[in-house]
Amino acid sequence: MSRLMNWRAPMLSLLVFFLGIGVWHALTLPTAAPQTVNDEYAALVGAAAATGQKSAFPTPADFGKKVWQHLNEPFYDRGPNDKGIGIQLGYSIGRVLVGYLLAALVAVPLGFLIGMSPTVYRALDPFIQVLKPISPLAWMPLALFTLKDSAVSAIFVIFICSVWPMLINTAFGVASVRREWLNVARTLEVGSFRTAFRVILPAAAPTIMTGMRISISIAWLVIVAAEMLVGGTGIGYFVWNEWNNLSITNILTAILSIGLVGMMLDLMMAKLTKLVTFAE
Amino acid sequence: MSAFKDPFDASTSLTRGCSCGQHHSEAAHQADLAGQTTDSELLGNRVVEAAVMRALFPHDATRRRFLNAVGASTAMAAISTFFPMGMAKEAFAQTGKLEKTSLKVGFIPITCATPIIMSQPMGFYARQGLNVEVVKTAGWAVVRDKTINKEYDAAHMLSPMPLAITLGVGANALPYTMPAVENINGQAITLAIKHKDKKDPKSWKGFKFAVPFDYSMHNYLLRYFLAEHGIDPDKDVQIRSVPPPEMVANLRANNIDGFLAPDPVNQRAVYDGVGYIHTLTKDIWDGHPCCAFAASKEFVTTMPNTYRALLKSIMEATAFASKQENRKQIAEAIAPANYLNQPVTVVEQVLTGTFADGLGNIRKEPNRIDFDPFPWHSFAVWILTQMKRWGQLKGDVDYAKVAREVYLATDAAKLMKEVGMKPPTATSKKFTVMGKEFDPAKPDAYLKSFAIKST
Repeated sequence: MSRLMNWRAPMLSLLVFFLGIGVWHALTLPTAAPQTVNDEYAALVGAAAATGQKSAFPTPADFGKKVWQHLNEPFYDRGPNDKGIGIQLGYSIGRVLVGYLLAALVAVPLGFLIGMSPTVYRALDPFIQVLKPISPLAWMPLALFTLKDSAVSAIFVIFICSVWPMLINTAFGVASVRREWLNVARTLEVGSFRTAFRVILPAAAPTIMTGMRISISIAWLVIVAAEMLVGGTGIGYFVWNEWNNLSITNILTAILSIGLVGMMLDLMMAKLTKLVTFAE
Repeated sequence: MSAFKDPFDASTSLTRGCSCGQHHSEAAHQADLAGQTTDSELLGNRVVEAAVMRALFPHDATRRRFLNAVGASTAMAAISTFFPMGMAKEAFAQTGKLEKTSLKVGFIPITCATPIIMSQPMGFYARQGLNVEVVKTAGWAVVRDKTINKEYDAAHMLSPMPLAITLGVGANALPYTMPAVENINGQAITLAIKHKDKKDPKSWKGFKFAVPFDYSMHNYLLRYFLAEHGIDPDKDVQIRSVPPPEMVANLRANNIDGFLAPDPVNQRAVYDGVGYIHTLTKDIWDGHPCCAFAASKEFVTTMPNTYRALLKSIMEATAFASKQENRKQIAEAIAPANYLNQPVTVVEQVLTGTFADGLGNIRKEPNRIDFDPFPWHSFAVWILTQMKRWGQLKGDVDYAKVAREVYLATDAAKLMKEVGMKPPTATSKKFTVMGKEFDPAKPDAYLKSFAIKST
């Protein structure tokens, strides 16, 4: 019985998947319409326009073909503006990791200091609250103007969006370490450095990791938009370039791969969180 | 022309011996006259080699004995080890040494950028010894910022942009130059298919239009066109700035009713069955400039040789593109994903001017787009009058001075001559826009003559 229960969820997933594909297929079935223009004209326009219609949304089969094509050749490089989807994803992941690690280097120590002192916490709180909700893309024109380099600007945007969740969570985690543990440390006359690294850090680690997990998801969300804005390389540029060509199948492929990479990044962080979690 | 003889050939004499005294024999003299050695690069190499050999062997007999003894290739290799022959040849090949050979040039994926783009796959840059990477860019604001930040050495811009940047309108003032116009004509007003019965512009009140940028010929031409038909572009319709790639998607989604856009956007709207071509801009102002090749004044002054080589490639490409018979070949070169990322037929219809109009007709307009690099000062003056007309530019402007400083007509004329084009002798000319004559000498009177304006 329990084995059957285990199978239920995957079966349901598959059912949802095929149902989705079926609905998509049914909705995008090509409607056969007679050609409304002469052959000479038809040769100059797309198939849909020749029958007096607008170009249609691709079918699941079109999409499958395109995905297969990309999977066969993920790393081609035909010049600076035309690279395979694998290379583009690589560029995006690289940017996210650099911006994210820089943010972690700043946010975790700073959050630690803020969390240790209630006064500093309260003093800086208004600034953090104002800066936190700003869409990272709003920083882009400012970054381009001051940093004078689009590659650095893209990394800056990742930095600025991933710094807040880590900062807030670290400060919160440090501030809410149980009083008893700190008191015990003080009774045992443990030095303040030792207290920070042996008591506070392990106690706050799960909260810090949660902040880091939120941050990586946000960073991955933002990179696509940032790359659409500055162009050049990356999966966001790929989406923009295919939008230029109104190639919905390519855009769908990019959407799928963005989702998969985002999921992998999140799973990685989840694994790391598990490592530092403790049971009381 | 003794300098062009192969000094590694034992049978040649580097001393003179023909009727003109410059060839070792009468036969060589005749051959040269017949133009058998015309490859200028090869000749350049010869000159350098001959000079080196003559310096090493002042007596021709010694040189010949040496060559007979060891053979030409051994001699060449032996000499190259202690004399950098390659470098000397390279230095000679240029009139001045290129300050920088690897360049980045930004472009927006539209057919206006044809000369900039095609120079890469078709080798016009390479011919000038330049290794140029053409980088596709997402929008005009980004092109502007990346050029100001010096990520790009030069870029594809809209012809009003260098004026706007120089005057500090919509950006920080920075001296900018526009040494070449890329294309003339080549834009169109496209309306959504649902408006196929509203061909009269008077019925367009309440429409939402898109143009690629505020400081674009598209904006000024659309406003001009609407105003001539009695529609106030600021009050009766909405004009918004939308990057070209997003235009067809917006037209499809009914977000906008039409646009005045660069190609291939117009043709793409027809190809996808979402719009029809209403008016080609050549019927508004035949021969109007659109996009431009632009560089910062700093680049022009600090790297004069590189700038010259780059401009020369653009000029050669423009001359090549201005010939109808080359257009199909160009369409094939610039349509792939690395450049415009469009179906070849769309680009071909734009460049050849034989196109589907979206309503079932095939039109033949060979001048739909044309290529003429000369940056007329009067173009700049006209653009400045329109900037003032629509309130982008306030106060007094020294029209002629700004035009002269930004539109580098003299440079363009010099290089056009070198690549075999005929530059005009004047830098200013009168032209007509929708039947109304524009005299560049009287910009203020022209401006006053409009009934609809926002100043």
